[in-house]
Amino acid sequence: MALKALDYDSLNENVKKCQYAVRGELYLRASELQKEGKKIIFTNVGNPHALGQKPLTFPRQVVALCQAPFLLDDPNVGMLFPADAIARAKHYLSLTSGGLGAYSDSRGLPGVRKEVAEFIERRDGYPSDPELIFLTDGASKGVMQILNCVIRGDGDGILVPVPQYPLYSATISLLGGSLVPYYLDESENWGLDVNNLRQSVAQARSQGISVRAMVIINPGNPTGQCLSEANLREILRFCYNEKLVLLGDEVYQQNIYQDERPFISSKKVLMDMGSPFSKEVQLVSFHTVSKGYWGECGQRGGYFEMTNIPPRVVEEIYKVASIALSPNVSAQIFMGLMVSPPKPGDISYDQFIRESKGILESLRRRAKIMTDGFNSCKNVVCNFTEGAMYSFPQIRLPPGAIQAAKQAGKVPDVFYCLKLLEATGISTVPGSGFGQKEGVFHLRTTILPAEEEMPEIMDSFKKFNDKFMTQYDNNFGYSRM
Amino acid sequence: MSTSDSTSSLPVTLDSINPKVLKCEYAVRGEIVNIAQKLQEDLKSNKDAYPFDEIIYCNIGNPQSLGQLPIKFFREVLALCDHTSLLDESETHGLFSTDSIDRAWKILDQIPGRATGAYSHSQGIKGLRDTIAAGIEARDGFPADPNDIFLTDGASPAVHMMMQLLLSSEKDGILCPIPQYPLYSASIALHGGSLVPYYLDEATGWGLEISDLKKQLEEARSKGITVRALVVINPGNPTGQVLAEENQRDIVKFCKEEGLVLLADEVYQENVYVPDKKFHSFKKVARALEYGEKDIALVSFQSVSKGYYGECGKRGGYMEVTGFSPDVREQIYKVASVNLCSNISGQILASLVMSPPKPGDDSYDSYMAERDGILSSMAKRAKTLEDALNSLEGVTCNRAEGAMYLFPRINLPQKAIEAAEAAKTAPDAFYCKRLLNATGVVVVPGSGFGQVPGTWHFRCTILPQEDRIPAIVNRLTEFHKSFMDEFRD
Repeated sequence: MALKALDYDSLNENVKKCQYAVRGELYLRASELQKEGKKIIFTNVGNPHALGQKPLTFPRQVVALCQAPFLLDDPNVGMLFPADAIARAKHYLSLTSGGLGAYSDSRGLPGVRKEVAEFIERRDGYPSDPELIFLTDGASKGVMQILNCVIRGDGDGILVPVPQYPLYSATISLLGGSLVPYYLDESENWGLDVNNLRQSVAQARSQGISVRAMVIINPGNPTGQCLSEANLREILRFCYNEKLVLLGDEVYQQNIYQDERPFISSKKVLMDMGSPFSKEVQLVSFHTVSKGYWGECGQRGGYFEMTNIPPRVVEEIYKVASIALSPNVSAQIFMGLMVSPPKPGDISYDQFIRESKGILESLRRRAKIMTDGFNSCKNVVCNFTEGAMYSFPQIRLPPGAIQAAKQAGKVPDVFYCLKLLEATGISTVPGSGFGQKEGVFHLRTTILPAEEEMPEIMDSFKKFNDKFMTQYDNNFGYSRM
Repeated sequence: MSTSDSTSSLPVTLDSINPKVLKCEYAVRGEIVNIAQKLQEDLKSNKDAYPFDEIIYCNIGNPQSLGQLPIKFFREVLALCDHTSLLDESETHGLFSTDSIDRAWKILDQIPGRATGAYSHSQGIKGLRDTIAAGIEARDGFPADPNDIFLTDGASPAVHMMMQLLLSSEKDGILCPIPQYPLYSASIALHGGSLVPYYLDEATGWGLEISDLKKQLEEARSKGITVRALVVINPGNPTGQVLAEENQRDIVKFCKEEGLVLLADEVYQENVYVPDKKFHSFKKVARALEYGEKDIALVSFQSVSKGYYGECGKRGGYMEVTGFSPDVREQIYKVASVNLCSNISGQILASLVMSPPKPGDDSYDSYMAERDGILSSMAKRAKTLEDALNSLEGVTCNRAEGAMYLFPRINLPQKAIEAAEAAKTAPDAFYCKRLLNATGVVVVPGSGFGQVPGTWHFRCTILPQEDRIPAIVNRLTEFHKSFMDEFRD
């Protein structure tokens, strides 16, 4: 009898331990229901184009021309493409050594990295070195590369916010490291208290864990909060004192829906702080073409910028990047276009601004509609979505619901979300997928459904929720913060 | 806390990063390439300092960087999918072939909302997987299930995924051919496993002996290593051999008997240059032996980077996973989902590669002309370079039956080996650096791929355009003669 080659038992334990709820149980159930013909509204992942947001015209024109360069030789190309798109396509093709079909430098095309550096410099007011910028197939791959570098074994801990985007917990699991949680404070608009950080680090160290890095997601996912400059300074000072490398996930930097706390990059704050911080705090910042008002998730385009990482470590990171040969070239061009969009006077400028503004203003309105909508529901409390793309309402489940969940063998928020899905077709991700305080339940949804559909969706949710609460209501009190 | 203290205890320094990162190596873009890039930079301002005008990169299978053109039909479809409003314009019909427009519509209808900018299913868009499965079936004559297909950003991430699943510690081993494409050694190192080498036989055209496989397997097991899988690269890289079907059957039987996952790297399946050999997929061979899902666990890798399409920069590829239990497949899906999905354009291209224009299609004739032109040119270049290398003193070179490389063996004189030792360089690296500095041609030392100890090789691609080959041959011949004059015993 043949030996079993690979069975479940012999799989890498780290793989078995890793969880990624964003495409987990709820999503799989939603997909099943969709196959059966039910209308599903997928709000489980920040995937704007899947919910009707249109791609910006200019970048698609440029990339299409790069894809099919024979078009550039055709005398009629001007009938289909504006002159600035044509010029830009020629520009990006000249940065490649063989067009979209050739592997680029493993760190990405030098010309595009230069454009990214210039963007960072304009944004922050401090110089940026293209040699310290690596383009990646999406920001997620960049995060994985850096964590792979930092995590040596389970003795290494990474500070991760709770709630967090589960790329971090999943990757730490896969790499065999330890996740050291620090709790964001829901009652303070998901604010970060340095005392919580200190406590988390102390506890981890007492268990023999070497805390090596700290992740911040700013604007937050799933929580949406935008960190204040003061908060960022505290965090950077903390990292300096505790010898932590700061991993700044800044993929939502374009998605800001309030004016009190505009986006300010970790790098800018670090440089503003001056010596010794600016010269010694190690920082890796991540960005992407998937979010913002671009929403080009399917391109898989991202970058990370390294600050105060020793040259020999940069070499090692380069070495590992070279094994994957190169990031996809189309996405690199999207990134170039994102960091150097049409300027006033360009033919495509007006259209570009109109499209971008339209998307951002609508997102801002939807953030409000959703927050208000959740807050009008029985037993639901929702912090305002200051940024990013999500709403993360707290669902105060009555004991009866928690009981029913137990009996069904489900975690309470999973139970709630499954019922919500089956009743309304709204596919969310239970808060347990992101982490939350014990006994406190949430769900994450996106603010991405089309504006016209929002009122109906919120209505549908409210009907389900209020009915659910009434059904499981009893006099013994509720889950609460 | 003083400044000097804090600098030395920074969290991320060479001493404190993951040792697996330090351990892994990838020569294809390693030291020699760094030297070449510096030379290239210097050439811009110092042309006269060098006996050559330009650097020719023969280190990496990157056809379009050396002048190979993409297949027009593929790019037409991709451009239409990138900018779908083109399909609404009447002028488009004057600029694009009819069948490319039809194919773009067909593909867009398989994408929810026609949104090519949205994350897809983590295994890739279902309709594209259907197309690929149909392509596999047409190629092999045996059915393929779209649910077995995982579209990835090139074949390399798929290989990493499998290594991650298979390797828990150094006690887990993977049988790899020596010489091998160093993705395998690097990936095994990064995932903390052990590489169990089996040697291909240079004397018999890089043949694979089952008896050697058995021997290596037993030796590894006696050392307490659990060998989990066998990697076979067919056509071979760097070695270029195309396995005989008989050999493939033996390999499949061996994996079944020994309970090994067969990892079949088949990215060069369209690159076969000799009339006496043909590509047969391992899946076909297994199914022809009446081995089904319960008999053998087989993962087949394909890519859009090679073949006649050479679309390296698009990062498209897939793995077809068969013979695993549902709970294992769930785990594979889960790992794929953490990265959400591979790039959509690459997914579309993978489906086009597996279902190119057919007779009767508008683009068929021009497509076939492009394809045949590229493949026949590759065959020609492979032969020209092989002959040139074999004419060099002390150099023997097996023919490139397939893939994109030549892997000549250089019999280095003792004096050269001593000079290399004095320069603290491996002898083949020493030769390659000298070659680079004399001719501007970049090749990769054989030590980057593994070789029988005491033998020296280098890998050179067959990819420079035909009109450049004579100049390269001349420079190489001249260099080699002067090298041998210098170091001849």
